[in-house]
Formats: sequence, C-alpha cells, structure tokens
Amino acid sequence: MDEITRASQVSRREVLKKGLLGAAGLTVLPTVIAACSSAAATPVVTAAPVVTPVPGVSVTPAPVVTPKGLTGTVSLGSNYSDAIPKKAMQDMADAFTKKTTVAVTVNTVDHGTFQNQITSYLGGKPEDVFTWFSGFRMRFFAKQGYALAIDDVWTTLKSNYSDAFKVGSTGDDGHQYFVPIYNYPWAVFYRKSLFADKGYKVPATMDDFKALCKQMQTDKLTPIAFADKDGWPAMGTFDILNLRLNGYQFHVDLMAGKEKWTDAKVIAVFNLWKDLMPYHQTGAAGRIWQDAAQALVKKTAGMYLLGMFVSQQFKAVDDATLADLDFFPFPSLGNAFDAEKALDAPIDGFMIAAKSPAGQAGGEQDNARAFVGFLGTGAAQDIYVAADPSNVAAAKDADTTKYNALQQKAVTLIGAAQKITQFMDRDTRPDFAGANGMQNFILKFISNPSQDLTAFTQSIQKFWDSLPPAS
Amino acid sequence: MTQAREDNALDLAGSQAGQAGARPSRRRRRFSVLTRRDKILLGLMVGFPLFLDLALIWGPALVSIGLSLTNWRNTQPLTWDNFVGLGNFERLASAYPPFWEGLKHNVLWFLVLMLIATPIGMFFAVLLDRDIKGSRFYQSIFYLPVVLSLAVIGIIWQLQYSADNGFIDAVLGFFNLPKPDWFGDPNINLWAALVAASWRHVGYIMVLYLAGLKSVDPSLREAASIDGANGRQTFQHVVFWVMMPINVVIVVITTIESLRAFDIVYIINQGKNGLELLSVLITNNSISEANLTGFGAAIAVVLLVISLVPIVIFLSWMMREDTSA
Repeated sequence: MDEITRASQVSRREVLKKGLLGAAGLTVLPTVIAACSSAAATPVVTAAPVVTPVPGVSVTPAPVVTPKGLTGTVSLGSNYSDAIPKKAMQDMADAFTKKTTVAVTVNTVDHGTFQNQITSYLGGKPEDVFTWFSGFRMRFFAKQGYALAIDDVWTTLKSNYSDAFKVGSTGDDGHQYFVPIYNYPWAVFYRKSLFADKGYKVPATMDDFKALCKQMQTDKLTPIAFADKDGWPAMGTFDILNLRLNGYQFHVDLMAGKEKWTDAKVIAVFNLWKDLMPYHQTGAAGRIWQDAAQALVKKTAGMYLLGMFVSQQFKAVDDATLADLDFFPFPSLGNAFDAEKALDAPIDGFMIAAKSPAGQAGGEQDNARAFVGFLGTGAAQDIYVAADPSNVAAAKDADTTKYNALQQKAVTLIGAAQKITQFMDRDTRPDFAGANGMQNFILKFISNPSQDLTAFTQSIQKFWDSLPPAS
Repeated sequence: MTQAREDNALDLAGSQAGQAGARPSRRRRRFSVLTRRDKILLGLMVGFPLFLDLALIWGPALVSIGLSLTNWRNTQPLTWDNFVGLGNFERLASAYPPFWEGLKHNVLWFLVLMLIATPIGMFFAVLLDRDIKGSRFYQSIFYLPVVLSLAVIGIIWQLQYSADNGFIDAVLGFFNLPKPDWFGDPNINLWAALVAASWRHVGYIMVLYLAGLKSVDPSLREAASIDGANGRQTFQHVVFWVMMPINVVIVVITTIESLRAFDIVYIINQGKNGLELLSVLITNNSISEANLTGFGAAIAVVLLVISLVPIVIFLSWMMREDTSA
C-alpha cells in the first residue's frame, strides 16, 4: 500500500508536469509556426485598420431638407493621399456640402495600400463612393458586382463629356459605372531653357530623336531620364513604343490577351527599346521617378518620358521652374500608325460601391448619386485641377481659362489623339501586371536588354497562359 | 492526498473483485491519482492552448492547404469549379520564374544569417560578457536595430544605398570609385538587403546569447582557469557546451528568421527584380490587387512544408532532451 501511495504521488506530480509540458509544447509549436506565417500576415494586420471604413459615421445632424431634397451624409474612400491632392479632394467635398448640405466623410488611405487592398475593401464595408481608375480595372470591379451602375447619373452627364470618356466609364455590360474627374497625358518632358541654351529642336521623328540623344551625350547630358524602382513607370515606355510601332489595335489586343507576347511584333518593340537603352539613364531599377525627375530639374538629363504628374516635382521648386517645363508627343516612326497619334492618357474618377450603405436604395444612395453627379461637373473639377495642375479636367464645362501653359497643351495633345490608352497596368489584368508579373519582366529586360528576346517573350507568354480565368 | 489514498484503496478492491468474479456488476471505478480540481485545471491547461492552437493555427493552415488546390479569388464564391488539383504547384514549378528565385533567395538568406550574422552576434555577446567598459552602452547600440520600426529602417537604408543621394555611393563617388546600384542591380541587391537584415539579426542574437552567458555557473569558468585554460579555450571547451540549449534556440531562431524574412525586401521594392522571397510572393499574390488567393496559398503551403523541417527537428530534439532528463 505504501508503495502504491508513493508511486501514485510521484505519478500525480508527473501527470501535472506532463500536462504543463504539453500545454507549453502546444504553445511553443504555434508560436514557431505563427512566427513563420506572421511575416506574410504583417502587412494585412498593419494595413487593415487604415482601410477600416467608417461608413456614414452617425454624427448625422438633424435632417435638413435641402433644395434637392437630400438629407444625411455620404462617405468617400479616397486614395489621394499626397498633401496637395488630399486637400483638393477635401475642397471638392466641402463644395458639395455647401451646395446640398449633405456632409461628406472623406477617408483617405495611402495610395499603394488602397490599391493592394481594393478587393477586400470593396468586398467588406467600403465607403459609398470610392476613387478609382478607368480601363480594365474599372470594368473588372463592375463585372464582379462591386460597383453600382449609374446610367441615370450619366443621362445628365452625357452632354458634359466627350464620347471617349463615356466609353472609358462603361462596363462590359454597356452600363456606366464611373465618373471621370480628370486625365493627364504621357509625353516626353523637357526644360525649355535647356533646349534654348543648347539650341536643341523638338524632334518629330525617331531619327531626329536619336540624333538629339546623341547630341545630348556629346554635351555630357543624360538624354533620357529613367526610373523603374516601383515597377510601373517603365510600362509607359513599352506602351508608347508598341503604340507607335504596332498601332492601337494590336496594343489593346495584346493587353487583353488576344495577341501573343511571343509575336514578332512584340519582339520588335523590345528591340527598338534596346536600341534606345544606351540613351537612358542607367540604374533605373534602383531609382524612383521623383529622383529621375530631379535629373530633369537639375538639367543633368535632357528629356523624360512620364505622365504629366512629373510637373509636381517642378511645382515643388517654384512657379518659374514649373513654367520652364514643356513636353512633346513621343516621336513618330513613319509608319501607318503615325496618324493615330495614340498615347497613354489615364483617366481617374469615382465609382459607387455596391456593398456600401449606398448600395441599398434610399437616402444614402441618392446622396452618393448626387455626389458623383456633382464630381462630374466643371465646377467641382475646377477646384481640383486648380490645386493640382498636373491634370486636366474631364468635364466639358470645366473652366480652361485658368489653365497653365502645360495644362492647355495637354488638352490639345489629348484632343489631337485619335486613340487613347489607359496605361499598361490599367489596360490589362491586375494579376498579370503586378509586382511579380509584368513589372518584374520589364525590370528583367531593363537589367539586360541584350538577352535572348525570344526566350524572354516566351516566359512572359507562359506566365500569361498560366493565369487562372480572369473572373 | 488522503483522497488519492482512498481512491487507490477502492480501486484495488474493485480490481480484486473483478479478478474474482466473472464480471463486475457495477461500473468499474477508474484508477485516478487526480482530484477533480486537478482534472479541471489540467483540462484548462491543455484545453485552452489546444483550442487556440486549433482555431488560430491548424484551422487556417488546413484551410490554406485546401485553398492551394483551387484557383479561387476572394471576389467570387468558392465552388467546385475552382478546384484545380495540383495545378498551382505545377504552375509554380514551370511557369512562375519568381518562385525558384524566391526559394533560392530564402536558402541564401538562411546561409548568410547562419554562417555570418549569427556567429558575429555570438562573438559580440562573448566580448560584452567580459564586463568591458561601457558594456551596456554597446549592448544598447547593437540591440537598437531590433527595436526600430520598419519605416525607420526603410529610411535608414534608403539613405545608405540610394544610387542618386545615398551615403555609400556618395563616398565611393568622392574617391572616383564605381558606384554600384545597390537596390536596382539584381545581382547585388539581395546582398545589400542581407547586410541590412544581418545588421538587425546580430543584435538579436547578441542579446539572447548574452542572457545565456550570464546564467553560466561562474564556478565552471573558475575551474577551467584553475586547470590553466585561457579565455578562448574556456569558451571553446566549457562554456559553449554548457550553453547547448541556448545554441539550439539560436539555430532555431535563425532558421525562422530566414524563412519569415519579409520586411526589408518589401520596403525596398516589394520583392521583385532580384529580391524575391517566398513570403513576399505569398503577399503579392494573395493580398494584392492581383488577388490570386489560391495560388498564393500554394506558395504558403510550400513555405509551410519547408518550415516543418526545422520545427520537427527542434521538437524531436526537445522531446528527446525531455525523456533523457
């Protein structure tokens, strides 16, 4: 009996100890595994609170009957996170409140985060109205049922927009889902004073362009500033070369997957780019576009192919520097596509989220419709483009008289173009364009332009083919 | 105690009865050394972590494995049409060049941390253990990178490495030396990132190892020095072996760090152009606009399988240690 008692005492302690160990073991293992997985999870966790929407924060004041009969609030999810655009967005919202007494809650999220989280954002609890882009990226969410059709808004807006903008706001099903606010051209930017000092002439053809590049090299200038650390800016170079060499239709078909990347026409684009590469600023893969723009500001580089947002870097210096900035359309190649004068001129704008409070018929939806309708007027867009003059307003009744020289020229350039594209990452599927997709392929090309282009384009096509059905 | 004795007595009686009779008519009282309170306590001790474990770790892990067999995007409802079998893994191996590069970079990351950063951290710990002047000051300095926020680390290394206005290239330029493109050149940017990662890892290991060294019984060193061992010999033949449990922890931590490496490459360029890592590929596929949830899950499963290797080794070592003790 004594033996047993002692044994049982020991085993009791043992059992408890084992229990503790077991508990410890169970907690150790998860920590180890969690440690492995937490890395990937981190950005979601940290980013999530930022995106957490505050739909119609219920500080609803006593219902005020407005001239239009609107009451309550409307919320806006905005990716205009830089200081100037953020303020301009708020000014537009305030103007709407002033007009209708409907309070607008603006929730601004960092641009990149907003874009990366867009799907979970739209599928969760989005704001009533959100900022987005025209092109494939717009049609994609319309097709997924994340956006509200706003054909009725467009019956009023129709007369205020050109057909190109209406097409850019229309989903695959023929309904309108988008209200454009502005667009901006991609072109070759340069400083007027530098060209005047050195006696350079704006090149119209590729031969002139190459000759100018050579001249700049003799003058110890970097002919073409270049940056692609973020992966997307160099897509603009591919776009314009493909548009010039193979025309609009081939380009959009390639973006839509109707043409193959292994096509000899695509290889020709990369070959042309390879010829021009010696004139580009080296080390592009490690440089952000702002730094490349600085080379233009400091006159160490002669030209820079970028969107008109490059002017933000000039405006930041002073107004005189901004006034010195000019651009010309990318030179033509002397083929059948010269007449198209095609270019990337991405359109930004607004959509109404279907899963937001505005997705339900009722007051908040009326507010959202009224709000996007207001954003589609010149009165609203004037406020925005005055604050951020790197864009031109999309509405016809916008006041162009206050435009600076650059904006006026942009209107002419876009107006002269027969064909307009949105930019590679807006014209093709996001899973193809992303960081480990086309961004990576283009960086691979830039790091070694003289690689075997057949094998290179094959790897792109293989990647495209391996993607799951688009939706 | 008393309770336990009574239980035993009853139980003995019961089993005797069972042996004697053909079949015990009453329910056999089970042998137990535990009181009811013990049982509840044990149940909580095991049950609660078990619940957390299943709900937060094994549940998501199994769901991930399930999702890895689909081409699901979280914008659509999940149906049987999404089932693609091992299609994602085929795609990973054959049509997705970043995968192999990511795998290679993870291995390289592990090797560098294990063979260079960890030994340096241990070395610093041994030096600081000798009560040199300003030991605490150095400790703080070396440990600082571990506590800095990611945003700050990003800025620090951007200032060092940027080709146009970075410190390193400015110095090299001053001496008319070639200026490498630290972030952009796919042949060197991984090494640049590894320097930044090691910078953090060294401090981490140093603090861990230093804590271990402080707990080594001083009489061991005394004995060693009486036997005529010098500092290096004492460490090599005595201290290092006494520290075996800490050594194992450090190996495990280094392995985990290299598998979960993510932040530094993500802030440099979101893990492309020579900086692919499995963790970043998971993020870029699952949680981006690309929204390839199923495909991202497949990469996560590969990472999970790789992670299981060191975990199994570590656990089996721990359990062996436990049984022999």
